[in-house]
Amino acid sequence: MKALRVRRSPTRFGLARLSAAWDPRSAARRGPLEMVRMDPPDLPGPGWQRIRPRLTGICGSDLATVEGQASAYFDDWVSFPFVPGHEIVADDENGRRVVVEPVLGHAARGAPLPFPDAAPGDGNDYAHLVRPPLEPGIQIGFCASTGGGWASELVAHESQLHVVPDTVSDEAAVMVEPAAGGIHAALMCHPVLDGVDHPVVAVLGAGTMGLCAVAGLRRYLGPDLRIVVGARYPVQQRLARELGADIVVDPDEIPRAVRRVVGCHVVGDHLSGGADATIDAVGTSSSIATSLRVTRPRGRVVLLGMPAEVRVELTDLWHRETQLVGAYTYGTETLTDGTRCRTFDLALDTVAACSMERLLSATYPLDRYLDALAHAATIGRRGGIKVAFDLRESQEAR
Amino acid sequence: MPRPGFVHHVDRSTPPTLFWRGEGFSLERLPPDRSRIIYAPEPLPAIEDIDAAIRHALEHPIEDDPLSAKLFPGMKLTIAFDDVSLPLPKMRRPDIRQRIIEAVLDTAANAGVDDVHIIAALALHRRMTEAELRHAVGDRVYDAFAPRGLLYQHDAEDPEQLAFLGETGHGEEVEINKRAAESDLIVYVNINLVAMDGGWKSTATGLSSYRSLRHHHNVHTMQHSRSFMDQHRSELHKSNWRMGEVLRNAGVKVFQVETTLNTDTFPTPFEFLSKREWEWTAKDRATYLGASSALRRTPTRLARKIFHSIEAPHQMTSVQAGEVEAVHRITTENVYQQQLVEVEGQTDILTMGIPYICPYNVHSIMNPILVMCTGLGYFFNLYRNRPLVREGGVIIMTHPTQPDFHPVHHPSYIDFYEQVLSETTDPAEVERHERRFAEDDWYRHLYRTSYAYHGVHPFYMWYWGSHGMQHAGRVIIVGGNAAAVRRLGFTPASTMADAFELASDVVGRSATVTHLHTPPLMVADVR
Repeated sequence: MKALRVRRSPTRFGLARLSAAWDPRSAARRGPLEMVRMDPPDLPGPGWQRIRPRLTGICGSDLATVEGQASAYFDDWVSFPFVPGHEIVADDENGRRVVVEPVLGHAARGAPLPFPDAAPGDGNDYAHLVRPPLEPGIQIGFCASTGGGWASELVAHESQLHVVPDTVSDEAAVMVEPAAGGIHAALMCHPVLDGVDHPVVAVLGAGTMGLCAVAGLRRYLGPDLRIVVGARYPVQQRLARELGADIVVDPDEIPRAVRRVVGCHVVGDHLSGGADATIDAVGTSSSIATSLRVTRPRGRVVLLGMPAEVRVELTDLWHRETQLVGAYTYGTETLTDGTRCRTFDLALDTVAACSMERLLSATYPLDRYLDALAHAATIGRRGGIKVAFDLRESQEAR
Repeated sequence: MPRPGFVHHVDRSTPPTLFWRGEGFSLERLPPDRSRIIYAPEPLPAIEDIDAAIRHALEHPIEDDPLSAKLFPGMKLTIAFDDVSLPLPKMRRPDIRQRIIEAVLDTAANAGVDDVHIIAALALHRRMTEAELRHAVGDRVYDAFAPRGLLYQHDAEDPEQLAFLGETGHGEEVEINKRAAESDLIVYVNINLVAMDGGWKSTATGLSSYRSLRHHHNVHTMQHSRSFMDQHRSELHKSNWRMGEVLRNAGVKVFQVETTLNTDTFPTPFEFLSKREWEWTAKDRATYLGASSALRRTPTRLARKIFHSIEAPHQMTSVQAGEVEAVHRITTENVYQQQLVEVEGQTDILTMGIPYICPYNVHSIMNPILVMCTGLGYFFNLYRNRPLVREGGVIIMTHPTQPDFHPVHHPSYIDFYEQVLSETTDPAEVERHERRFAEDDWYRHLYRTSYAYHGVHPFYMWYWGSHGMQHAGRVIIVGGNAAAVRRLGFTPASTMADAFELASDVVGRSATVTHLHTPPLMVADVR
């Protein structure tokens, strides 16, 4: 089968990192990614099946890998060579259209569930992520055993598959995985909003994840919530408003915008109060510092954007007793009324209700991966949000 | 004998015309045979013995008793004075306010008055710095009164310092400084730079609060003040006069001292800025070339500092004291005598160069909102009878219009620019946001303890220009930051030629043009 594959090559990772600064296309060409013909992965065991992607998104974490920017932290949690791609809508062996919940959880690895009906992302111990029979891998798209969505075929465990209703298009379905991430981050804000009159949440960044978080906040945290979004590009600003943001400003303006909404003072560079919670969908030193500045004392910063190595002054976190929490993935959620449900079920509802297909700006065949990755790396300033590989033609040709 | 104002009809022999561009200027050619330039009257002669004139005014007041007869031992005397927004540019020392306050204090001392407070009547403007206060009232007065807490600035957000005196027949609440209201006499020391200054506006606005100001500082009043410089057609004027009646009925006694200045605006070597270009000498031309070339290379911050250090040579042309309305009638006549220029009819386009200063950016930055206010609020309103430009015509301004804000002086302006103007520029829509800014605790705090304009102030600036905005079919800013100009709701143009081209979409290709050659200030009496 035809696939894009990442191999472990420190030299190529270095070249990609150097090139990414001025030419994303060159980074993809010189980096660890290569187009290959390879055998489809073997089925790891019972409960696994072959699936054939229709659309697979290009995520920020994929780009970080291809451009050599990913943190060394993952070195022990992934296995090479791997086929990237974890935002997948596919056909399974039974002819069903499915989206993939890519985390390689307990069920997929034959480990006991941390609690009954646990989702792949649940649990407080990650030992299973490196446990045989699979090679290490936090999720499909980073594991040598499973393949990934940037290929015409991969394997997935039945615990990872969610059937897509006929009413949901492929274009909307490919947004389910990022939507689930955004909803998870949104719901992580709830503990500090509970009991607050007219709570305020700030969202930094309005790429795919930021927008999905906005949709999740508006949909699952109620109409009283005031959402302030910092978005750089006009298309991001428009979509943030459409998905439920109350105030959308340029990123530089977010501290003042939060202050206006909250009505607090400014002391030096810091707000005296601030947003009850802030979702940082960027994940840089600067965005984390801003998030800490605009979040009220004893508020919460939810780190949704994947950071690498950052440098942040944490005195304010200490003084304001701010909670800084990560929001990697999804699993089982507790809604504001106490109901428990799977994030992917919420995401399937959300992509349909919010017409999330509008976030998909362009699709490319796998052969044009250099164009696709270059487009994805510059998507904001080119007026788009999400780029995906379209593999439907290759499926029809089979 | 100074020459009166002059309307010059541009022909092919007319030299290029001076346009202010913030902290700089340029020479622009106006279309010949369909353009005219309005020049201000030359400065009237100054009063030679200013101190004698002041003493005479205090002891020979209009429709009132002499000041000395109104003063008695044991009385409460409050002297209020116009703040840093007047005059523009700041005048050379000694400031007229200092001369008048010293004269009033002498009279009070002779009468045995020892309970005297001196209050800067700044309404919702920023507080003055010590240097600015010293400049206005002089070191002797400052050193004698400020350290003892007897010279201070009106605080419109201190409920303990405010007295509610009632409502006008139109339901307008009147609330002014408590010390002033409870004094046996207020002596108000005014500088009447333009015809809308002074009269009851001094006390009813300068010493009042948001509760009062909101009744006339709003879109309706501003759009029905045609113009601010014409008392008979100004709703702003009428509202202040109604409030004055409430003050009078409440027993507030005001002894009004008003002064007028001539149009001698720029000191050596900048006199050429006031001259008619065809009368520029070789030295003027050399100064213009040298100054504009140097300014192009000067960092903006330094250029601002240089310009704001200018002290104008303008001199007092009249001083009158006594009953507020009677005094103001004469003051207004004196202002008109200096500033009025007769102009025949309207044109399709009005051009104006926006200088580095307006009443609200002394020692500060002319931010985009103030550019709008200076152009459409002040310069556009420098008319009597009819605007210089026809309804639906085009207004062209020149200014760099950078989105730069003074963070200490104008904090709420930044939010107004970022939040309100990004949503709407329609004054009626803008007004919906007003209350939130007016009641914002942080802005209140900064107004009271720092040097910030009140939170509501940018709204007032926007309302100030609302008549001009309503009247003009298009507003173009030449040389401005394109994003900032668009944020204001206007059209950016790179050059004056481009601006005329853009204007032709609205007013056609043979549109008539008026250039208002100000400063110096003038009022066009449009027939």
